[in-house]
Amino acid sequence: MGRARASRALAAFRPLYATRLATFGSTVVLLFALMAVFGPALAPYGANQQVYTDARQPPSLERPFGTDHLGRDVFSRVLLGTRDIFVLAGLGTLVAVLVGTAVGLLTTYLGGATEEITFRVFDSVLAMPALLFALLLLGTFGPSRNNVLAVIAVAYVPIVARVVRSVVLNVKTKDYVAAARMQGESLSRILLREILPSVLPALAVEGALRFSYAIFLVASLGFLGAGVQPPNPDWGLMISEARNFVSITPWALYFPAAAISLLVIGVNLMAEGLATALGRTP
Amino acid sequence: MSGYLARRFGFLLITLVLTSATIFAVTQLLPGDVARIVLGREASATALEALRRDLGLDRPPVVQYLSWLGGFVTGDWGTSFASGQPIRPLVMERVGNSLMLAFLTLAIAVPSAIVLGVVAALHAGKPIDTVISVGALAVVGLPEFVTGLVLIQLLAFELAWLPASSSIRPEAGFLEALPMLVLPALTATLVLLAYIARLTRASVLAELRKPYVRTARLKGIAGRRVTYVHVLGNALLPTVTVVAISFGWLISGLIVVENVFNYPGLGALLTFAIDRRDVPLMQAITMIAVVAFALANLVADLLYAYLDPRIRFG
Repeated sequence: MGRARASRALAAFRPLYATRLATFGSTVVLLFALMAVFGPALAPYGANQQVYTDARQPPSLERPFGTDHLGRDVFSRVLLGTRDIFVLAGLGTLVAVLVGTAVGLLTTYLGGATEEITFRVFDSVLAMPALLFALLLLGTFGPSRNNVLAVIAVAYVPIVARVVRSVVLNVKTKDYVAAARMQGESLSRILLREILPSVLPALAVEGALRFSYAIFLVASLGFLGAGVQPPNPDWGLMISEARNFVSITPWALYFPAAAISLLVIGVNLMAEGLATALGRTP
Repeated sequence: MSGYLARRFGFLLITLVLTSATIFAVTQLLPGDVARIVLGREASATALEALRRDLGLDRPPVVQYLSWLGGFVTGDWGTSFASGQPIRPLVMERVGNSLMLAFLTLAIAVPSAIVLGVVAALHAGKPIDTVISVGALAVVGLPEFVTGLVLIQLLAFELAWLPASSSIRPEAGFLEALPMLVLPALTATLVLLAYIARLTRASVLAELRKPYVRTARLKGIAGRRVTYVHVLGNALLPTVTVVAISFGWLISGLIVVENVFNYPGLGALLTFAIDRRDVPLMQAITMIAVVAFALANLVADLLYAYLDPRIRFG
């Protein structure tokens, strides 16, 4: 019994390892996730601990990623920044997926004016590129970690809702949904038990893609100075601080840059593997 | 065709009006007191009151929105708080620069992306396809500010082929600006390149699987002719739409790239406006970008309909 359940639980993760590239991507993401969890325990220095005598050190055994112009340990900062990016991009995506799914399911199933109005408003948000919309919001409400989180959620709800809607429109006319309705099943039961399962594959792929875009967005906002503020060890922010010293301490720029790229590529490959395994094109 | 055109244009106007309402709501209604955002915490009560009156914040929201939208449409975009200058000339001066960079980027990105996508599709599963596809995935993972800074380091500092900063003179023409445009355009190209190439590959592959391709081959039409005349003609049609959609990426990309290279375009002006909490300037720049994005989509739709009669008459 226990074993059967365990193997069923494992089977749920099989799409993540469907192809060689997906396996690579999922492994990279898993490693970063572990860094996010254990980073604070592993980091040899604090994020803002400055050792002036050690400033501008190139990478070495004691300082794997070197130190920046202020004598901060780049390895520790990259490690500690992992949790930041996971919390901001991950939580933002999660909220967007949950809210987007709920709104998409409910309004599309009910149809009528609610659906029309909701998706017209969403269209008006989607008429702005996500970065532009995020900058507009942060420019108005001010840059802070919480606002970055909120902005990612708000920017991605319309896209998630749209993906959910395209599936629901297809499913809601099916006989089994009509049967459930005639049996007198409650609205929440119809939405969650009858319709939601058909939405899940598309949602998994979209969620993974959104996560990769969110990482990008958080980093870009940090770089532009509109997102997470100094002295947080945000990867985008680290790059924008290091760019003025690139000829002196290039490693302070290259290591956070490599971290962003590796994580985004990992998530993309994972999303692509999910899409292939679940029979959807991203 | 004219009915289709009218419908598409009407749809565009509705979207623009709704988006303008969203922009206005987000920047001026939701935050509560705009005067305090602009002037900061230490502002005196009289200064706040004066600014509120100047901006007309004491009027009902709908009236505020309509007068703001009316102003935008008639060319009265208000005054920038940060610089004290009228916004329209400030923005217009930058629009040309951003367009110059955008067109150069598209001119590099679109043809090379189509070639890469077609090559990958025609050699699907072979090593060259793997190289292009994995390469595209890797490039998509690189933020513009990373590629931009790496290109600066490589081509400007190490090899000294191109200037590192792109702060062109305001009155510079295209030829004078060109050397300074190359690096930012290349940086913005990379993201578009990967995106368009991937979709072109998918579209060509889908077309190759259609029955008419087999019929043509069985009829004895030469393989090359089938590929280049029959398949590509149909497969590249969706690319028109892809280019329009990627215009959104281009706008986001340019915001970042202009900041990396200190290029005096709209994107750099936008981050300036955000730094200074200059709400009217932010609103105007966003509106311009949204109009440009919507127009790009309209042009793509019309082009698509022109190229594919099924849409026009369907």
